[in-house]
Amino acid sequence: MSTTEILFFFLSALALFSASMVLISKNPVHSVLWLVVTFFAISGHYILLNAQFLAIVNIIVYAGAIMVLFLFVIMLMNLNQQNEPQKNFWMKLTGVISGGCFMMVLVSLVRQTLDMQTKVAMTTSGDIGLIKNLGRVLFSDYVVPFEITSVLFLSAMIGAIVMGKKD
Amino acid sequence: MTLLSLDMLLLIEKLVLIVIIVFASLGIALYTTFAERKVAAILQDRPGPERAGPFGLFQPLADGLKLIMKEEIIPNSSNKALFILGPGLAMTAALMTCAVIPWGSTVHLFGREIDLQIADINIGILYVFGVVSLGVYGIMIGGWASNNKFSLMAALRGASQAISYELAMGIALIALLMTTNTLSLKEIVDQQMKPGHLWNIAYQPLGFLLFFICAMAECNRTPFDLPEAENELNFGYHQEYSSMKLGFYLFSEYINMIMSSAVMASLYFGGYDIPFFDEKVLPQNIAALVGVGALLIKIVIFIFIFMWIRWTIPRFRYDQLMNLGWKSLIPLALANMVATGAWILYFG
Repeated sequence: MSTTEILFFFLSALALFSASMVLISKNPVHSVLWLVVTFFAISGHYILLNAQFLAIVNIIVYAGAIMVLFLFVIMLMNLNQQNEPQKNFWMKLTGVISGGCFMMVLVSLVRQTLDMQTKVAMTTSGDIGLIKNLGRVLFSDYVVPFEITSVLFLSAMIGAIVMGKKD
Repeated sequence: MTLLSLDMLLLIEKLVLIVIIVFASLGIALYTTFAERKVAAILQDRPGPERAGPFGLFQPLADGLKLIMKEEIIPNSSNKALFILGPGLAMTAALMTCAVIPWGSTVHLFGREIDLQIADINIGILYVFGVVSLGVYGIMIGGWASNNKFSLMAALRGASQAISYELAMGIALIALLMTTNTLSLKEIVDQQMKPGHLWNIAYQPLGFLLFFICAMAECNRTPFDLPEAENELNFGYHQEYSSMKLGFYLFSEYINMIMSSAVMASLYFGGYDIPFFDEKVLPQNIAALVGVGALLIKIVIFIFIFMWIRWTIPRFRYDQLMNLGWKSLIPLALANMVATGAWILYFG
């Protein structure tokens, strides 16, 4: 087994384990922290694909900013396992079955897509994830969607300020 | 052994480098605590610690021993796993920055060219930024797991302060990156070493000032030490901690200070460059070692300025802190970025 394979299996196992811990943990703060671990595992996968920029932006934006805000909300609202609504057994069972069915559909969809079958992951050789190439693609081929996204962000920011000012 | 197709020598080289750098940072941090007490004493016109050893030089060892020997108390109502995780995370996040800082040029040892940098990744400065944004977790987890209202308040304050100042820091950095055209710290330092190229402080004076203020806020140093404001929050987010766990929190602040000094020296003050001197006239290994010395001197100067400010300026009020961050630093950083862009467009 090469180093890349070992790392791939380790990161995948870590991602799956921490993702299921997000669901299993009773304490919301634990769930958030396991989600941070999941983001780290996914960033590790990005690094294996030589997409260093994506990996670090994933950590800065999700683990560093969004999850901190999640923690803020949970800590301020003082959610803990005592006052979390507990669903009964049948609700949980139906949730598990429907979620499992959905996952099966997704997996079979990805496996059977004709475009994907011939593709091989470019580990350590692809360079589209490096900041130079990514920036060039974003500002030449995808410049209109990119600018539209920035307008969307701006309107979201203004909306947040308006909602915050209302009192 | 074909199980792992690794370059074992490279692995050993990097491991040795990691061990040296981590222990060196811990050692420097140990003596930074001593320097802090001495600087405070000089600024307040008193002798400071002088009993343990010559000039009180063994004082940090005595302090460390005291912290380790103290009774370890974990509050009954705390969340035990997270309570222990908190200081560890704070320390790890503080030490992780050292991986991308170029501590010197290359040395030639045992027939190998050894870079005095653990990893030269092409997103170096973003990595620093990512690690800084993770530093919040140590404070937040510690404060929440203590199950104490004051600790929680302090943790929330610390986190909101860190997030607010990260923004201005990032925008100040973007202006710098527009002039350097690279994110790799090694390349940024090499650019500044070229003859005819000044240090980046000459091109980005306002950017440096903003970065410096934000770095001070990120390290929770006075005047930005609101998470530890003892007169309103008792002791801050580490109130329930005792023994070496408290030591880790206090210590990680000093490590953060060293790392941010190293980052600032590399970004704006030429890193391991010796001013007004051409390193190429020296033999390679000696040039590298002198370069490491030059970087260390720059770090020490920065740390002294940190302390000087701490013992001169009183603490901000919370609303003043937020006003400074959002209403002064971010607009200034944006103006700096636009001005830099215009300069590059018309004169570059």
